[in-house]
Amino acid sequence: MDAGRYRSSLRSPLSDQMPLRKKPRRDLDRFIPNRSAMDFDFAHFMLTGGKVEKECAAQCSPSKCAYRKHLAEIFNINRSRILSFKDKDSPSKDVFQESFSPAQTPAKRRRHIPTSAEKTLDAPDLLDDFYLNLLDWGSGNFLAIALGNLVYLWNAMNGDASVLVAVEDDVGPVTSVRWAPDGRHLAVGFTNSHVQIWDSSTSKLVRTLKGHRLRVGSLDWNNSILTTGGMDCLIINNDLRIRSHGINVYEGHSQEVCGLKWSVSGKELASGGNDNLIHIWNMSMASTNSATQWRHRMEEHTSAVKALAWCPFQSNLLASGGGVGDQSIKFWNSNTGACLNSVNTGSQVCCLLWNRHEHELLSSHGFNDNQLILWKYPSMLKLSELYGHTKRVLYMTQSPDGYTVASGAPDETLRLWKVFGDPGKVKPAAKMTEPFPNVARIR
Amino acid sequence: MASSKTATKDIITLRGSAAIVSEFFGYAANSILYNRGVYPEESFAKVKKYGLPLLLTQDEGVKSFISNLNSQLSEWLEAGKLQRIVLVIMSKATNEVLERWNFSIQTDEEVVEKGVSREKSDKEIMREIQAIMRQIISSITYLPCLDEPCIFDVLAYTDKEAEVPITWIESDAKLIENPQMVKLHSFDTKIHKVDTLVSYKNDEWDEE
Repeated sequence: MDAGRYRSSLRSPLSDQMPLRKKPRRDLDRFIPNRSAMDFDFAHFMLTGGKVEKECAAQCSPSKCAYRKHLAEIFNINRSRILSFKDKDSPSKDVFQESFSPAQTPAKRRRHIPTSAEKTLDAPDLLDDFYLNLLDWGSGNFLAIALGNLVYLWNAMNGDASVLVAVEDDVGPVTSVRWAPDGRHLAVGFTNSHVQIWDSSTSKLVRTLKGHRLRVGSLDWNNSILTTGGMDCLIINNDLRIRSHGINVYEGHSQEVCGLKWSVSGKELASGGNDNLIHIWNMSMASTNSATQWRHRMEEHTSAVKALAWCPFQSNLLASGGGVGDQSIKFWNSNTGACLNSVNTGSQVCCLLWNRHEHELLSSHGFNDNQLILWKYPSMLKLSELYGHTKRVLYMTQSPDGYTVASGAPDETLRLWKVFGDPGKVKPAAKMTEPFPNVARIR
Repeated sequence: MASSKTATKDIITLRGSAAIVSEFFGYAANSILYNRGVYPEESFAKVKKYGLPLLLTQDEGVKSFISNLNSQLSEWLEAGKLQRIVLVIMSKATNEVLERWNFSIQTDEEVVEKGVSREKSDKEIMREIQAIMRQIISSITYLPCLDEPCIFDVLAYTDKEAEVPITWIESDAKLIENPQMVKLHSFDTKIHKVDTLVSYKNDEWDEE
């Protein structure tokens, strides 16, 4: 009697062992809240070994039908819109929360926003050109500022300044700087249309990108892709991991591209130009099969759009600011391209920054007051106006911890403002780590 | 003792059904806000509805928020365009979604297109709704404690062609990663069938 061979005919060699006590991750207890809602077919299917049945077109087992229906329901989401009710006139929801937790009200009260700069640094030769982006603060806590043909790095921890890049007159002046997400590499755009990538830890030039025909005034990173916007009206996506770095070109602007920002998710790119247009580009639509490469084109601004900022706490919300002929801040839904709100500020809007800790927006302005305005979102009430600069505040960036804002102006000063809050006053409730991780749990 | 099955059936129109569903949602939302402690207990007042003592908020802001919401929901329900309503409870500090109360709605298309009406006993619908409200109230026994101040938001899943007034904006689904889900009872007006599901963030204590 050949027991071995007999047994093997019952089980194919590659069959998987059915674990008898497979505990599903969900449904850890056997509480049945609603008998009619329990998927008994599925449960039965799992209990009886989960054999894969050949499907018969005429009859579909109930568990398969239910599964298909469930899948269809999930994918139905593509055919339905998800809307959130935002009654702009009732901010009382927030007001109520204040009285609810009296122990924490001090943290929620309007915080003191200092109206003068915390620190003022010298920035000689800072160019007076609206279309350039000469200031950026990297995640390594170094601030990069382009002064003429030089790029200086300012160490925010100890206040040391050093020169990273120095170029000749035929290459410079520098027209844009942008730190990579790693806080170590710096992209520098020049008047001669080149873009150089520098490693700040070794102070060495890593790569030079050529592709534009005129100066490169705006830059933004999306992981390992560097997007460059130039006076030649082109936006080029460069993948720095490959030799032939230019992977696609976005055409759509008819004048210099001065504002360039990737969304928080990294899926959409917003660009603003001197042609008063804002375009939203989608990475996945980069193929040139569609009639237009852009997903949305917003034409409502009546002046150059350099100030662009994606909201960190509400997805698909983009804020944009118009130049001297427009002076408004507009809010857009990047999904639909609809303009949600428009606020007249009374002055040229040079830069916009969202507060990552509160629902606030900071804008920087030019003539007449050269001030920074802090707005409450979504009510757009002015919380504070920060004065100090004597020329238009063309460049603005925020620290990696999101509490300090640095602003630069052609009055040759770089000012630091502690406008987004105080790191010392962070509520303990916001911390996610447990205070006593070593205490044994009582079950 | 078998209950009498000869209860009279009442006629339900599309408009009536929409009113029932949006009214239910108003009371359910209030119940959830009270039970989960989103707003302080003192701000609620007791009323009798569906044969149960239920609590309604007295805060003007929340009241007007919910009533504006409800009027829009009734409009969508009458047009047959509403697929589900989701009440999302998020932490105020971190905006993380902690709980998601999902009310899926299946509409009888025939009623929307042809305008016929259906018959079902009012009492029976009230009983079904009562069962759901009881389940919501008892849900605090298994839902994790919400110790931090929370805020709520309401999302509506509508058909693509639905008319959207300006007070509604596009949103993401605000889903919870690896949620625990509990399905509650449903009720049916024969025109709209509402299923209730609550999904909540897994309490870290249970994770092995």
